[in-house]
Amino acid sequence: MTISVVRMEQDMKGKQRNVVTQTGRTRKWNSLSMLKKNWVCYLFVLPMLLYVILFSYVPMYGIQLAFKDFKAVDGIWGSSWVGLKHFKTFFESYQFGTLLWNTLAVSIYSLIAGFPLPILFALILNYVHNGKFKKFSQMVTYAPHFISMVVFCGMITIFLANDGIINHFLMLFGADPVSFMSDPKKWRHIYVWSGVLQNLGWGSIMYISVLTSVGPELHEAAKVDGANMFQRLCHIDVPAIIPTMVIMLIMRTGEIMSVGFEKAFLLQNNVNLNYSEIISTYTYKIGIQGGQFSYSAAIGLFNNIINLILLLTVNKIAKKVSDVSLW
Amino acid sequence: MKLVKKIKSNPTDAIFLFIVYGLVILLTISILYPLYFVVIASVSNPNMVASGQVLFRPKGFNLDGYQYILRDKRIWTGYYNTIRYTLFGTLFALLLTIPSGYVLSRKDMVGRNFIMKMLIITQYFGGGLIPTYLVVKGLRLVDTPYVLMILGSFSVFNLILTRTFFMNTLPMELQEAAEIDGCGIFQYFILVVIPLSKAIIAIMVLYYAVGHWNSFFNGLIYVTKSELYPLQLILRDILINGQSVDPDGLDPETLEHMKLIARTIKYGVIIISSLPVLVLYPFVQKYFVKGVMIGSVKG
Repeated sequence: MTISVVRMEQDMKGKQRNVVTQTGRTRKWNSLSMLKKNWVCYLFVLPMLLYVILFSYVPMYGIQLAFKDFKAVDGIWGSSWVGLKHFKTFFESYQFGTLLWNTLAVSIYSLIAGFPLPILFALILNYVHNGKFKKFSQMVTYAPHFISMVVFCGMITIFLANDGIINHFLMLFGADPVSFMSDPKKWRHIYVWSGVLQNLGWGSIMYISVLTSVGPELHEAAKVDGANMFQRLCHIDVPAIIPTMVIMLIMRTGEIMSVGFEKAFLLQNNVNLNYSEIISTYTYKIGIQGGQFSYSAAIGLFNNIINLILLLTVNKIAKKVSDVSLW
Repeated sequence: MKLVKKIKSNPTDAIFLFIVYGLVILLTISILYPLYFVVIASVSNPNMVASGQVLFRPKGFNLDGYQYILRDKRIWTGYYNTIRYTLFGTLFALLLTIPSGYVLSRKDMVGRNFIMKMLIITQYFGGGLIPTYLVVKGLRLVDTPYVLMILGSFSVFNLILTRTFFMNTLPMELQEAAEIDGCGIFQYFILVVIPLSKAIIAIMVLYYAVGHWNSFFNGLIYVTKSELYPLQLILRDILINGQSVDPDGLDPETLEHMKLIARTIKYGVIIISSLPVLVLYPFVQKYFVKGVMIGSVKG
């Protein structure tokens, strides 16, 4: 009884809405009354909006620093314009090539090494039918995601020390010990492969969830047709995760220039600086430690713009090639 | 029946499964063993660890490392600071994320697309390190405990997660029925939405709390007073910069001994600092995964 009354009221409301929206003026009035009625809604988003404006949009206003000579006395607005001076200095500095190459090398290497492995892990985990073992191995492989970067890098340096556990195992198998941390050429490999291991499990969750949503009928039908497991993996599972793969690839490409500051910074030492100094660690040293605010802001802006261009380009390509895109 | 047998005895499948299980076991061990090794090394004789005798089980059991760690004032300060940053930071994060996530999930909210666009933009473009630093400095937040509670207490990704959760779980009919009964938005949020959103609140608490607990960058940039250091900064001093020993107030003899067990201290510090996360992790793991699943529905 009550339900039907509610239904009727809803129907009436719907009709009224239709009538009102036919003329523009009443519609405007309608959304105004909505505003009045929903002022609580705006109260709900207000703290969040303030936060975002304060810590995301106000800093965007501060980007003008990159085109000025910042003096603390004059403030951001009062400092004098210098045009592209800081960009020029950066492009002409001897570090520019090294910094850019270090950043790109570590990032593209991470992408190539780190992108396929979580996918492979998700694909094979899908064929582990022992539920307990599957859960256990998921729990273990997700764990490094929750270890702080400081602890993770601390573990890397301890394990790879000359008398660390890795060398103990190498010697156990009769190999010669390797001095990992004092050889700057190994820095990139250490950075990338430790990251691959850290992200293996967590990066696979997305794919696992897509794979579990593949209907069992497909697999049953393939079985009846005589497909073996490997064929099913190639012809059912892989096509199912391709859209997710494309999205993830776009997102990762858009982050190519934003290599994690923390890990590079924490694994840096005087020996490997030629390989480990990347743009983000450099902006930190120049800006926060060195106090050259404008120069540092210019380098940061350069980094940010390259990132944006990359993202837009890859997204456009993906849209053309596969109909999958971020927006 | 014959068919099933035929499939089960299919040799290529047997090889396939052998490879699959082999790989999964290999990958699992390659992650589990380092974690296990830290535990056994932290309670073993430091000399035996250094000479490679400790590989699979602890040897020369001793707790010296832990004794020194617990005597180190820096660890206690860091622990205290991180606990308060995490506690208040997470509460603040909930205040920012849950109500706004709910409101932005409502289809009748005027301007919600504009707000969402405004948020998405910040994901792809930002001011960068120095402009952000100047804002925080301008607010007089540098070198205060508040900066580490405030920063890191909002992420657009988490907001989208919350919003998606609400859009999938709260039927429009429920809201309309409540409205007809004269229930305002605030009342509806408190009486209906909150009780229905325990899962997403749990997920958000965990995401933000782990984020605050592990946060290193903000401490590095915005805090210079050592009494405000979060745990991660002190960990950096001990683990990366090798300052295992707090040289203040120690006689030379103990100092010498401490150098000997510096490595053990490192292992112990890893355990002690990760303890809250490690203890809770197996129980709350499923919520973390659930969060990713909610995100992937929309993504």
